[in-house]
Formats: sequence, structure tokens, C-alpha cells
Amino acid sequence: MKAIVKHRLFWPSVALLTLIAINTIARPQFILITVRNGELYGALIDILRNSAPLMLVALGMTIVIATRGIDLSVGAIMAVSGAVALTIIDGSAEPGSLGTVLIALVVALVVALVLGVWNGFLVAVVGIQPIIATLVLMLAGRGVALLITEGFITTVNSTPYEFIATGYLVGLPFALLISIAAIAVVALIERRTALGVLTEAVGINPEASRLAGVRARGIVFSAYVASGLLAGIAGIIYSSNIRAADANAAGLFIELYAILAVVLGGTSLMGGKFTIAGTVIGVLTIQTLEATILFLGVPSAQSPVFFALVVIVVVLVQSPRLHSWARTAMKTARTRGASDTGPRAKVAS
Amino acid sequence: MSADTAVAPVVEMTGITIRFPGVLALDAVDFSLRPGEVHSLMGENGAGKSTLIKALTGVYPVDAGEIVVGGQPRSFSSTADAQEAGISTVYQEVNLCANLSVGENVMLGHEPRRGSGIDWKAAHREAARHLQSLGLAIDTRSMLSSHSIAIQQLVAIGRAMVLDAKVLILDEPTSSLDRGEVEQLFSVIRDLRTRGVAILFVSHFLDQVYEISDRITVLRNGQLVGEYAVHELPRGELVTKMIGRELDELAALASVADRAIDRTGTPVLRATGVGRRGALEPADIDVFDGEVVGIAGLLGSGRTELVRLLYGADRAETGQIEVHGRSAKHSSPRQAIENRIAFSSEDRRAEGIVADLTVAENIVLGIQARRGALRKIGRAESDAVVQEYMTALGVRPADPSMLAGNLSGGNQQKVLLARWLATAPELIVLDEPTRGIDVGAKADIQRKVAELSANGLSVIFISSELEEVLRLAQRVVVMRDRRKIGELDSSGVTIEHLIDYIANEGQESVA
Repeated sequence: MKAIVKHRLFWPSVALLTLIAINTIARPQFILITVRNGELYGALIDILRNSAPLMLVALGMTIVIATRGIDLSVGAIMAVSGAVALTIIDGSAEPGSLGTVLIALVVALVVALVLGVWNGFLVAVVGIQPIIATLVLMLAGRGVALLITEGFITTVNSTPYEFIATGYLVGLPFALLISIAAIAVVALIERRTALGVLTEAVGINPEASRLAGVRARGIVFSAYVASGLLAGIAGIIYSSNIRAADANAAGLFIELYAILAVVLGGTSLMGGKFTIAGTVIGVLTIQTLEATILFLGVPSAQSPVFFALVVIVVVLVQSPRLHSWARTAMKTARTRGASDTGPRAKVAS
Repeated sequence: MSADTAVAPVVEMTGITIRFPGVLALDAVDFSLRPGEVHSLMGENGAGKSTLIKALTGVYPVDAGEIVVGGQPRSFSSTADAQEAGISTVYQEVNLCANLSVGENVMLGHEPRRGSGIDWKAAHREAARHLQSLGLAIDTRSMLSSHSIAIQQLVAIGRAMVLDAKVLILDEPTSSLDRGEVEQLFSVIRDLRTRGVAILFVSHFLDQVYEISDRITVLRNGQLVGEYAVHELPRGELVTKMIGRELDELAALASVADRAIDRTGTPVLRATGVGRRGALEPADIDVFDGEVVGIAGLLGSGRTELVRLLYGADRAETGQIEVHGRSAKHSSPRQAIENRIAFSSEDRRAEGIVADLTVAENIVLGIQARRGALRKIGRAESDAVVQEYMTALGVRPADPSMLAGNLSGGNQQKVLLARWLATAPELIVLDEPTRGIDVGAKADIQRKVAELSANGLSVIFISSELEEVLRLAQRVVVMRDRRKIGELDSSGVTIEHLIDYIANEGQESVA
């Protein structure tokens, strides 16, 4: 029992499960998953599907944060990648053909990759503080997206492109499959190779790592490249979902939600140890919370405050300091209240 | 000169016990400090001096024991608490705000007010008055960082005076001062003593201890050896009390330095004229197969700077490096590692250990870094390497899954040594590998160095403890004021001779 409580994912999981439980109690159909034409539907499936963009961005953010960095430009990269993809499709003679869509995807992802390389260059090679380096692209990126769409909201009608966000494959939403694939690929790369542990070493102690011969620069660089690429995919899913490239709204504030997801999952903003599983839980918590707000019918004017309040509660529940306060309080209460249980009574178990 | 023993002590610590994971840092130590005395705390690195000071100043909570200050039992929960009670500390690394002016630093938190604002004129006047009383006439509006460490230390003492310190702790205040500056500091200390301030002095310079102290307390291995009036404790006896059993344990190692080294062939490493402006004047050094070259010199003499240039941790501006006769360019640690050179930094916590990774991860980090991120060292191979080196070096506790940050200093040092030995280097550079670690670990590390060098590994060994350097090294490079002043063959050289060589100009040789 103690080992479970001590596990780093215990409290994040408790937060997520509690949210799901509250929703289910409020409206029992929340938990229901129905099968229609061999495809899965339900509130939980919607949460999984809708969380895909945030999931991808948060995965990249996790790696960047592990290197003691931060990537504020992910929302802007989403806007750029969506703009690039839709502009290509919009400009082509056959917007509905698979070939056009594939070309659009490749170009958009290459652009996102280049933007990630730019961030990595500023941080790892030039040595600019991550928050400033990525702020540059955060501010400039939406301008670039607006340039690409010439100031309009580009809309398209392309069945293959819409499939990305709304289609189903083997009974599951395609966006969810992308999400799962991304989680698997990132987890495999980080944990099956030594990239994960070297990233952690660099994040925990950059100078010791450098002196130990770790290519710290390359590792930090690759984190921003990965984050850029993942944000690019997220931008495509987002634009596919609304069938439009909206340079101003795409991925707005997603960097902040991604940071929140990473922290809720138990990865420290100080860098170092990171947990992919934790981030996944963090993302699902945020997405469930958003669904809760819709589900409980919280008026839209109050929803940001409601969201914030719940986040505060979730963060407090996870706070180690609060845990130790609670332990001391319980201990004093017990020793005061019932001396017959003996002084050796274990409290935290 | 000696303090009046009739005066009631201002600080009385009894039965102080502090435990760290795996180590008993202090074991029921008693210590007392009287007003108007200079009391030296002596002991080897890792004896518990710093821990005792930190217990007194509220940095560490005590596990057992009582601290009485000014007649009242106290338990400080922070250094601010201790300062409030009149206990101020001046560290070797001055902990003031370098980007504030001298006056602001002295008066910080005690600025005279005028209305709702600060009366800066009065503040600087007040600061100047305090500094003047220490014989320091400097512009209080100048930046603290524009002054030498010596002046900064006096400013820190000035600040202690503002706080009305009854107890002043000077932790290794002289290690980076020159002789004139030490004299200036000592006259300030003497003046404070006559004003009734109790001064706790820590220094590894015996001369200074005997010059300034009234009483000496000796710690060894976390235990109190005894408290003595300075005139009752001859130097030889002090050293014996400090070193204790280590003397016997390490006596056996003395023979290893007397080993003939074949210096006819190509050296493993030869550096000529490596230097860097502001860090090191161009210096030469060479190391042969199986040789231990010691580097002796005071802190800040340029010994660390020299090895950092050799390893590529800092970039050399001048000079050439040859590895096995082939010209090599070490502009980053990786290049040195490619040439099979390893470097263990003097700053274990900041530049060595990756605290939040496990012991096993720390040990294989060197191999893994060499292989690159994509070729992960397999579980079985990793376990074998970790097991081999943890056993060979005696890492305690023998738990590879423990976080490295939770180990004691000595065991962290062993982990670092393991990390480097696992990469099978041809030359290993050890900068202060035995600083602040317990005697047993110290002996283990020295034994390992002796054994490895006898088997052909070349070593550059830096230590503030000259006994250690002479014990292990066949040749000693002597440095002073960021300059190599000469080289000695260690056989037949006594510590006194070496100290003399470091202190005086080194006229025997012109480097």
C-alpha cells in the first residue's frame, strides 16, 4: 500500500479518477461507451479524441522541460503548420485527392521541424534562455501564419484531410490513434535508447553531464526539434478538426495548458526526471476537466474561474509539503485523541 | 592573551549528534566558546567541523544534544534565527550580494529610515563608520564585486558588526588571501577579541591557527578528541590528534610513491605552455605511463585551472597538448575523453554527481556518454559494470538503485571514480578527490589510486592535503599565484620542505 501511495503517479492518477467519478455521479452516461457500426462513441472517447493536439504538444513539452527548458512557441508552430497545410490544399487543383493531402502534410511537418530546429539553435547553440528564445517564435509565428494565409481564415473541403481529426480506423478515432502512436514512439525513443536518461542527466546537472562527456548540446537541440515536430502534427489535427487554418486561434494558450499537463503529471519544472505516463495523465485530466465544464453546464463566463479552481485543488492535492503537513496534523490529532492506539501507530500507510 | 576561563561561555554545545544517510557526522560532540577568545576548530576534511558550525548556525537540525547561547537553550531553525541571536558567519566564499554596493551590503536590512524611505546618506555614513572601525577605508558606494575577496571578507565582518554579533564564525577565511591580507584580517580579529567578541576560527593553515588562537578544539571522524589551550598543545601533537588512526592505515601506502618510473619513452600526456588569460600563466606538464603526478599549491593557485585546460573543460588560449606524442586539441571534454583522459572535478556536487539519478545510472553515465544516446548500454552489461566497481571501491550502502545525491561525500566520490574507471581511461585527473570525506573512504580511494597506477594507469592527483600528494605521487608540480613555480621529485621530500617550496618563491627552479 505504502509503495503505491509513494509512487510518483499515484496522486496524478487520483486526480484524474476523481474527476471521472464526479462526472459519472453527476451524469451516469458519462462513463458509457457505445458501439455503432463497429466504432466506439461516448464522452470518454470524445475526451481521448479531443485531447490529441494537447497530448502531442505536452509530450514535446515534457522532453523540453526535462532539459531545464520551456517551449512557448508550440501554439504558434501549430498555427503555422495548419496554415501551410491548408494553403497548399486550398491552392491545389484537387483538394480532395490523397496525393495533395500527403504533400501538404509533408511540407507542413518539414516547416514545423525547421521551426523546432530554429528554437534548438537559439537555445543549444547560441545559448539564449529558453523562455526568451521560444518567446521570439511565439510572437513571430502567428505573424508568419497570417502571412501564409494572407490574413484570411483559409477553409477547405477535403475528405482525406478531415479524416485526420474526425475519421475512424479499426473502430477508434484516427486522432486518438495518432495520439497513441506518438506516446509509444516518444516513450520508446526515450526509454529504449539512452536518450531519456541522458536528457535527465543534462536536466539535473548540465555541467556534470558535460564533464562526463554527454553531448548536452545535441540533446537539448533534439528536444526542441521533437517539440516543434509534435506541435506541427498537433496543428494539422487542429486545423483538420475545424477544416480551417485560423492563424489567430489555432493553438492559442496551448503552451500554457501543455506546461500545466506536464506539471500535473509530476514532472518538475526544474528539469531532470520526467515521466511520459504522468504527462499522459495530466493531459487527460485537463481534457476531462474541460469536458466536465461542458457536461455540468457551467456558464461560459464562469468556466475559466471554475477551471482554475479545480486546477488549484488538483495541484494542492499533489503538493508534497501539504502531504507532510497533513501527516503531522494527523499524528498530533491521533496522539492527542487516542493514546490507547499507542505511540507506534503508523499514520501514513 | 588567553581568554579568561572564569567568564561564562557565550556558546555552549553539549552532546551534539547529527546523522546523515549512512554517516554519523557528529557523535556527541561538546564545544564551548567564551567571549573575547579566538577558538580554532581543527580536524581533517570530513572530521565534522563544517557540520558543527552548521549545527550552531541553524543550517542543520541536531538529532541530539543541546545548544545554549547566552545562557538560554536555543534551537535555531535558520541562519537568520542564529544571526538574530548574535551569531554571524563569514564563509570562504563570501555570501554577500556582489551586485550591490559595499554600503548596501553592510547595512542590508538595517538601513536607517527617514519617513517611509531609506536614508541612504546616513546608511553609507553608518557603513563607513563600521568599516573604519575595522581599519577599512573604502568607498561604500563602490560595487562589492569590484573588491578583492579579502576586502569582501572584511565587508562581511563589517556586516556582522552591524548585526551586533557576539559570536563571529570565520570558516576558512584565509584560504584565498595573500600574506598581507591575512595580516590585515588578523589585526581585525584581534581588535574584535578585545571588544569581547567570541571568534570561532577554522583554517587548515597551522601557522595561522597558532598565531591567532587562544584555544583549540580537535575533531576527528565526527568525534571530539579534546579541547586544549594553545600553549599546551605542540604542533606535532595537534597533527597526531587530527590524523589519529589514519596515520597507521595509510602508512602502508607510503611505499607506493617510491616506484621507479620509466620516463624515457613518450609521455601519455605532454602539455607545453598551456595557459589562459586571467586563469593560468602558460605551464608545462607531462605524465608518463603508470606515473602519479601530484599538483600541490594553495586553493586558487591555478591547479584546478591547469587540469581544466588539459581536459578541455575550459579552452586553452595558448600552448600545445600531445597525447602519446600525437598533437591533440582539447577544446571540449569529449575530445579529451576520446583520447582516453578522464577528469573528476573538485566540486563533487556541482560538477560531478547527477544527484537525482541512481548510483547505477551515475556509474554508467561515462560509458553511455561515450557510446552516444542511441546505443543504450544493456541491462546485463550495466549491472555487471556497476557491480564490479561498487565492490572494487566499496561503495556504501551497496544499493545501486539508491539516488546518488543521498550518498555521503566519500561514497559519491567513489561513484565518480567508478564512472571514470569504467570508461577504461589511460590518464585520470583527480581534483581534490578526498576533500570532505571520511577517513575510511579517503583510505579506500588512495589505495585504489596507488593500485591502479601500479598497474599502469597514469594519474594527475590534486589535493590540499600535502601528506596525500607526497604519499601517492612520484613527482609533484608546485603552483602558486596561477603559475607553475616548479617540479619536485617526491622521494625524500618532506612536508615541511614542500610547504616551504609553495610558500617561498621557489628559487630552486625557474619555471
